[in-house]
Amino acid sequence: MTSSSPTTSASSSSQSDICLSLENVGISYGTNEAVRNVFMDIPKGQVTAFIGPSGCGKSTVLRALNRMNDLIEGCTLKGRVLFHGQDLYARDVDAVEVRRRIGMVFQKPNPFPKSIYENIAFGARINGYKGDMDELVERSLRKAAIWDETKDKLKQSGCALSGGQQQRLCIARTVAIEPEVILMDEPCSALDPISTLKIEEMIHELKKSYTIVIVTHNMQQAVRVSDMTGFFNVQAKADIDGKVGCLEEFAPTEQIFNAPSQQATQDYVSGRFG
Amino acid sequence: MHTSLSPQAPGSRIPAASAGGFQRGSLTFRPQLSRNRWNAVLTGLAGLATTIAVLPLVLVLAYVLIKGGSLISFSLLTQLPPAPGLEGGGIGNAIVGTLLVTAIAALIAIPVGVGGGIYLAEYSSGGSFASFVRFGTNVLAGVPSIICGVFVYGLIVSTRIFFGQSYSAMAGGIALAVLMIPTVIKTTDEGLKLVPQELRLGALGVGASKMVTITHITLPAAFSPIATGIVLGIARAAGETAPLIFTALFSPFWPEGVFNPIATMSVLIYNFAIMPYQAQISLAWAASFVLVLMILAANLLARWLSQLARA
Repeated sequence: MTSSSPTTSASSSSQSDICLSLENVGISYGTNEAVRNVFMDIPKGQVTAFIGPSGCGKSTVLRALNRMNDLIEGCTLKGRVLFHGQDLYARDVDAVEVRRRIGMVFQKPNPFPKSIYENIAFGARINGYKGDMDELVERSLRKAAIWDETKDKLKQSGCALSGGQQQRLCIARTVAIEPEVILMDEPCSALDPISTLKIEEMIHELKKSYTIVIVTHNMQQAVRVSDMTGFFNVQAKADIDGKVGCLEEFAPTEQIFNAPSQQATQDYVSGRFG
Repeated sequence: MHTSLSPQAPGSRIPAASAGGFQRGSLTFRPQLSRNRWNAVLTGLAGLATTIAVLPLVLVLAYVLIKGGSLISFSLLTQLPPAPGLEGGGIGNAIVGTLLVTAIAALIAIPVGVGGGIYLAEYSSGGSFASFVRFGTNVLAGVPSIICGVFVYGLIVSTRIFFGQSYSAMAGGIALAVLMIPTVIKTTDEGLKLVPQELRLGALGVGASKMVTITHITLPAAFSPIATGIVLGIARAAGETAPLIFTALFSPFWPEGVFNPIATMSVLIYNFAIMPYQAQISLAWAASFVLVLMILAANLLARWLSQLARA
């Protein structure tokens, strides 16, 4: 908690309400710049959605929030990502500990090839959970709205569930380690509308106790679940050929979809893009 | 619109027609067409080549079965080979020796090979060292087994590095381990690469460290291909003769510990098959039969292990 910057107006004025703060973040894959100049204050206890066309860097920025990009060869980050005022990319920060505080749900459901019970218990166990494991498994599955479907087959493989159930199992797995933030990278893109609806209802429940950041291609979904929306766009680079992503507008969801301040946002949310 | 095609009675031959400059033949199969004749000739050739290819396998198995299978008895598995000129006896010491030498080889090759495979697949980031190791592994896999033997002979046997002992079960085991390691490294590396990246991300996403991810998620997910590779490596090593002739040597007695010369089935076959005594020649056939059965069993085990993944 030593590296908080007193010069940043946002972090000094409402430190307690800001969960994650991005200060002039730019991310490159090798020499290829993916996204630049991102300034954003993600509020605590709310749902923040990232929308925008493909290749605009939404997922890249999301993965930067819990240092998932560390696993990608040649990925570098400029600027600062502050979590409650602490720079996540400071030299003495342990990425494993970051991911325990900021959990992630991926685009493709990826349950471990273990039993449903073990899928939940694995994360808790490696995080040093000492309490009643059965109770934790039930609580997590209930929070992810999948308890009723799985309570009779906890010993079965998680891979035997349907796609929507697998994704909710993955969310339950993330909830089980009690993170402060849950990042979701297009969690419904591989799911049917009914499973999507279940997950959205769950997000409404989860935001009571967690900060949620969700990337979505579905604008209606952003309207339905989020409080804040960030619209990412691609810009042609001024200096050399190529495109780079940037944060076009970041505002309350209502404002983004009803009265955006940028023309590009207006075009995108009204389907007049391109 | 369809004036060019007169209505056809069902089952009648569809007449030849020409369209767009192509000669359209009738739809009826005509064996005398040159494409159909070539088709038949090449299918026949492929079938012949396949038959010739599997013939040795069938003949070897049948021959060993006929010559050695009839000699199988309880005393064969439990007794020592007879002195030259005497009758009876068995290959008990060679069976124990093969199991012991192979076990030593497995104990060395499995940790080293799996560890090396984990390094290649999970830790190396495709750098020049990793590609050098991969290349070296491929080269080592193709090195003739007698060279592994002579290498271990020079390194261990002739230097008497183990308590002043020269030929020993340990030296034989090490020579076989050198043969097994490339197989184990390669199958571990490839098995781990088949594990979807999403699983690793998922584990890291719930706060697992890299070590926990590998030991709890990635390795169990790749268990089946790795175990298959290990079993195939063991099966290959168990049947090797050349590296054992001048490392484990041979012994007509029961094993006297891992630092003494030891009998193995493959060397027993090599020694006995060309002896001028009928008792020894019979034992060589019996040992061939037992060895083939053991390797067959190992291969069946490998098949079973590889099917675990699909279940």
